[in-house]
Amino acid sequence: MTGALAARVACSDSLTLVLLLAIDTSTTAITVGLHDGSGVVAETTTLDARAHAEHLAPGIGAALATVSAGPGDVTDVVVGIGPGPFTGLRVGIVTARTFAFALGIPVRGLTSLDAVAHQAWLAGRRGDLLVATDARRKEVYTAAYALGDAGARRTAEPTVSRAADLPDELRALPTAGRGPALYGDALPHGIELLDVSGAALADLAVRRLADTTSPDLDGTLQWTEPGRGFDGLEPLYLRRPDVSPAAPTTKSTLG
Amino acid sequence: MSDEPLVLGIETSCDETGVGIVRGQTLLVDTVASSVDEHARFGGVVPEVASRAHLEAMVPTIDRACREAGVSLRDLDAISVTSGPGLAGALLVGVASAKALALALGKPIYGVNHLASHVAVDIVEHGPLPEPTMAMLVSGGHSSLLLVPDVTNDVRSLGATMDDAAGEAFDKVARVLGLPFPGGPHVDRAAREGNRLAIDFPRGLTTGRDLERHRFDFSFSGLKTAVSRWVELRQRAGENVPVADVAASFQEAVVDVLTRKALLACKEHDVEHLLIGGGVAANSRLRALAEERCAKAGVVLRVPRPGLCTDNGAMVAALGAQMVAKGREPSDLGLPTDSSMPVTLVQA
Ligand SMILES: [Zn+2]
Repeated sequence: MTGALAARVACSDSLTLVLLLAIDTSTTAITVGLHDGSGVVAETTTLDARAHAEHLAPGIGAALATVSAGPGDVTDVVVGIGPGPFTGLRVGIVTARTFAFALGIPVRGLTSLDAVAHQAWLAGRRGDLLVATDARRKEVYTAAYALGDAGARRTAEPTVSRAADLPDELRALPTAGRGPALYGDALPHGIELLDVSGAALADLAVRRLADTTSPDLDGTLQWTEPGRGFDGLEPLYLRRPDVSPAAPTTKSTLG
Repeated sequence: MSDEPLVLGIETSCDETGVGIVRGQTLLVDTVASSVDEHARFGGVVPEVASRAHLEAMVPTIDRACREAGVSLRDLDAISVTSGPGLAGALLVGVASAKALALALGKPIYGVNHLASHVAVDIVEHGPLPEPTMAMLVSGGHSSLLLVPDVTNDVRSLGATMDDAAGEAFDKVARVLGLPFPGGPHVDRAAREGNRLAIDFPRGLTTGRDLERHRFDFSFSGLKTAVSRWVELRQRAGENVPVADVAASFQEAVVDVLTRKALLACKEHDVEHLLIGGGVAANSRLRALAEERCAKAGVVLRVPRPGLCTDNGAMVAALGAQMVAKGREPSDLGLPTDSSMPVTLVQA
């Protein structure tokens, strides 16, 4: 029962029972965070837009090692479900799903852009914020947020578009993510926050788990079901696949 | 028996999500989820569609394999996974999943070559591989002739296709003849009703200087073009296209070249065992002609059953089990994928 976890999070003398692993590969950062219920205890981040699968598993191992924990000590997994460039995004999601499956522990998904907004909120920022990350093909993934004292609330749903095609009132907002660095003309108000942080994702996840005001969950959380305050485990692709068949040299339709 | 290595293998190099479990030389389970139907309407494998399907199928396929084999993940001795060659995005899903298993369970991981796995799978079907074995791999992605002194660390390339893979030629000719994708089984079926001597289609790289310079290489694009032209001329003249005869004659040209070169390689390298693997190995005429020619040459032919010739997880598990049995060092958890991994590199 996740209520029990929430209770553990809230109850300071049993905090050690919780070790939440957060993973995100939706941006240039291959990032891992560990949270023990009272705070983030480890983060490992590697910046490499082309080699997510190489760095992620060693990154998880390294994060666990810094707190002298083993994989079997992890009690919960949370993964950023994007939106993000597909190939890298899938690495994080399949890693989270498989890792949790192998250990028989719950795994939940959160919108990656929410983690960026949450990090800005943790840093003390308040007011409206646009998050715009690199979607390649001259486009950005965006969502908008209102940062109040209670946290970051999403005010515009994730979407993919050219930066210049966003509504003027969104482009005028302070903007986190790599969008402003890539499309400065369309997004002139960039702030110093480029990629998802595993620590911020872990912190957001623990807060959502502890938030008893969200609608209640039934006890068993399957990896296919969105839980209270979570977004399910399906990737946010936001684009249909290109449908040109593979180049002949790499394809193998007959084994 | 029970002290033989228990290995789970993951294969995602193309459109099949394969998970197999092998104990030593015994196949316990071979589970495959295929996205081939989603690709059929595009006439070929669409990489992004394949990658999305792998992500959805990965954990359920691992789960199903374990249940059907009655194996607990904790009992595994190692994980093995295809690290290349194949579609980059598809490979990544399998490798990331395999790493997560290895990390969570504290087990060694072996990133292995897809082609060497096609060879190793026959161990679970027909027992230990003679060393050396000659291996011919023919599929939609590969047409290779390999000399294999040791499938765990010594695989030598004698020849490969210069253009289309054999299976790809089947797909293209099927399209020309109005047969569905994937072309292999449909051409095979149509050919059974036809005369394989009806049309004398070209045999690529089999004569004169071509044979000298590309002794064990293949070329199927000239054949494919010849078939297209032959069919087009008929259609333009308003004549009926004898689909069965064209299929049979085309197929004969392919399998004639394949078996001729494979047996030449056996003879010149003094190898007494020929293994044929890959999806095209399921072709009935290839099997028949290979049997006939091997018998004549005194070569022992090994062909895994069709289900093990196409891409599957069992072949990756089979190679992984050999790696463990031979005491090979595991791969690093940071192992990369390599979409164009050379066949001579057995392990990443
Ligand atoms: Zn293959």
